Amino acid sequence: MVESIVRGFFERVGRGVTARMWQLGYGARFLFYLVLHSGTALRRFRITLREVYYAGVLSLVIILVSGLFVGMVLGLQGYETLQRFGASESLGVLVALSLVRELGPVVAGLLFASRAGSAITAEIGLMKATEQISAMEMMAVDPIARVVAPRFWGGVISMPLLAALFSAMGIFGGYIVGVELIGIDRGAFWSQMQAAVDVREDILNGVIKSVVFGLAVSWIAVFEGYDAAPTAEGVSRATTRTVVTSSLAILALDFVLTALMFTGGNAR
Amino acid sequence: MSNAVVEIENVSFGYQSGQRVLHEVSMRVPRGGLVGIMGQSGCGKTTLLRIIGAARLPGEGSARVLGVLTSELDGDALYALRRKMGMLFQFGALFTDMSVYDNVAFQMREHTGLSEELIHDLVMMKLQAVGLRGVARRMPSELSGGMARRVALARAIALDPQLMLYDEPFTGLDPISFGVIARLIRSLNDSLGATSIIVSHDVKEALEIVDYCYFVADGRIVAEGAPDAVRHSGEPFVEQFVHGKADGPVPFHYRAPAYAADLELESA
Amino acid sequence: MNRSTIDLWVGLFVAAGFGALLFLALKVGNLATFTTNESYQVQAKFANIGGLKIRAPVKSAGVVVGRVAGIHFDTETYEAIVTMYVDGRYKFPRDTSAKVLTSGLLGEQYVGLEAGGDGMMLKNGDRLRLTQSAVVLENLIGQFLYNKAAEGAEGKDKK
Repeated sequence: MVESIVRGFFERVGRGVTARMWQLGYGARFLFYLVLHSGTALRRFRITLREVYYAGVLSLVIILVSGLFVGMVLGLQGYETLQRFGASESLGVLVALSLVRELGPVVAGLLFASRAGSAITAEIGLMKATEQISAMEMMAVDPIARVVAPRFWGGVISMPLLAALFSAMGIFGGYIVGVELIGIDRGAFWSQMQAAVDVREDILNGVIKSVVFGLAVSWIAVFEGYDAAPTAEGVSRATTRTVVTSSLAILALDFVLTALMFTGGNAR
Repeated sequence: MSNAVVEIENVSFGYQSGQRVLHEVSMRVPRGGLVGIMGQSGCGKTTLLRIIGAARLPGEGSARVLGVLTSELDGDALYALRRKMGMLFQFGALFTDMSVYDNVAFQMREHTGLSEELIHDLVMMKLQAVGLRGVARRMPSELSGGMARRVALARAIALDPQLMLYDEPFTGLDPISFGVIARLIRSLNDSLGATSIIVSHDVKEALEIVDYCYFVADGRIVAEGAPDAVRHSGEPFVEQFVHGKADGPVPFHYRAPAYAADLELESA
Repeated sequence: MNRSTIDLWVGLFVAAGFGALLFLALKVGNLATFTTNESYQVQAKFANIGGLKIRAPVKSAGVVVGRVAGIHFDTETYEAIVTMYVDGRYKFPRDTSAKVLTSGLLGEQYVGLEAGGDGMMLKNGDRLRLTQSAVVLENLIGQFLYNKAAEGAEGKDKK
C-alpha cells in the first residue's frame, strides 16, 4: 500500500521532469527556428517597431511609477540604517548601486513579464485559437516570421530601455526622499554616488543583465503563446505559465549573472 | 493530363497512431466543379479538407492537388502550391489587429510587388464582389458574423486562386446571410474559373449550389452523387441526412449500457 | 492608432531609454571623469599591496590622478606588480614614490604618489623605483606587542 503511494509519487515526479525536459527541447528548437527566420522582422522593421510600441511604450507607466516608488523606499529604508553608523551621506551610493546592479534589471524584468509578456502570450494564443495562424499558413506566409519574431525582438529591444528608465527613476526617487525630504547634503549625495558607481562594472553589467532577462522573457512569452491549446482555458493557462516561468527564470538568471559579475578578487 | 484538380486515392489518416479518422477515402474533383463534402460533426470531413489543403499528409494513399503530390512537397513548393489555393475558415479568421482593407490586401502585400495604388483598386474590386466595399476602413471586431465571413471570402480570393476550400461556410448565419454566401460561392466559382470544395452539414443550402457531393460517415465515403440523385436516393444514410430524420443508420441513442441497469432496476 | 503616432511614441520611448542610460553613465557613474583625457601607463612593484584592487584610485595630494589598471605577480622577485594609468594632464618626475595607503581608518586602499625632484618626467611604460608597501594590520599588532614586551622586560631589568 505504502509502496504504491511512494512509487506513484516518484512516477509523477519522473513524468513531470521528462515533460519539462521535452518542453525545454521543443522550446529551444522553437527559439532557433525563430531567430533563423527573423529576416522579415528585421527587413520590414515597421512591424517590429509596432511591437516595441506595444511591449515597451505601453509598459512605461508601470515601470516609471514603480521605479519612482522603489527608489523612494530605498531612500527611506537606506537612510534609516545608514544614519545609525553615521554614514547617511552614502545614501546616494546605496540607492544607485542597489538599483543599477540589481533592482533595475530584476524588478523591471518582473514587471515586464507580467505586463508585456502575458499580453504577448495572450495575443499569440488567441490568434491560434481563432485560426488566424492557420489562415496565415494557408496564405503561404510563415506565421513565425510574420507574427512571432517581431514580438520577440520587440520585447528584446524594449527590456534594456525599460530597465534603464526604472533605475533612473529610482535614483530620482531616492534623491527626492534623501535630499529634499530628509535633508542630506545634495553635493555629498551625488559626488559619493559618482565615486562609487563604475560605468563598466556596475552600469554595463546591469545593462547586460537586462538584455539577458529581455531575451528570456520574450522567448518564454512567444513560446507559451504559440504552444497554447487553442481554447479559452488553454490561453489563460499559457499566460499564467508565462508570468510564473519568466519570473523564476529572471531570479535564477540573476543569481547566476551576479555570481559571475560581481564576485571575484582583485586580479581579473 | 487529367482534368482533375484534386485526386484523393485510398487515403487513410489518423491524428494519433492506432486511431483512424479516415479509412481509404477516394474522390476526384474536376476542374471548374463545385463539390460538397457532407457529413455529421466529427465524421472526418474537416480532416479531409486539411489533407487537400496540404496542411496534413495522408497516412496511407496519395493526395494530388493541382497536379502535385502533397507528400512530395518541400517548404518552398508547399508555399507555391498554397498561393494557388484560397481557404475560407469557419468563422472567418480575419486578422484582428488590422482593418478590413489591410486584411484583404494582406496577400497582395506579402506576395506581390504591386504598388499601393494598384493594391487599392484590387482591394476595392474584391470587396465589391462580396458587396462590402463600404466597410473597408472598419476593424474586424466591428463586423457582424456574416459580414466577417464575406470579408474573409474577399481576402481568400485576393490572388484569384485556382482552388477554393470552404470549411463550414454556412455555420451560424442568419437566413439572409446564408443565401448571400451561397450565391457568392457559386458565382465566384464560375467567374473566377476556379474549382471549389465545400465542407458543410447544411444540406439544403449546399445541395442548391453544388455540382456533386460526397457523404462521409465514420471516416468513409458512404454515398456520392449529383444533387438531384442524392435527394431521391434510397440509401438509408443519405435519406436520414438529407431529410433530417432523427433515427436511422445513425442511431438516436449513443452507445450506453442497458437502460434498466442505469436506473438500477436490476439489483446487483 | 495610426502609423505615425506609433512611430512617434516608439521614437520618444527609445530616446528616453537612451537618455536614461546616458544619465546613469554620466551623472551616476564615473564615465565623465575619466575617458576624456589621454593617460599614460606606469608600473610599480610592491612587497605587499594589502587590499588594493583593480580600479582603485591613484591619488596625489589627495586628488585622483589615475586608476589602477592591473595587478600581477612577479615570479622572479615574488613581488606584486601594479600597473596604473595616470591622467595625461599630470606629469610626475621620474623619482616619484608610490605608497599603498588606506582612506580613512578601515576604508578601501589606494595608491598615493609623492612627487620627487627629478627634472626628467615619467614617460609611458616607466617604472616607479621608490615604493612603500601597504601596512598590514597583523604585522602592526605583532610589532606593538613585541615592543610592549620589550619595554616590560627593560623595566624589570632596571628595577
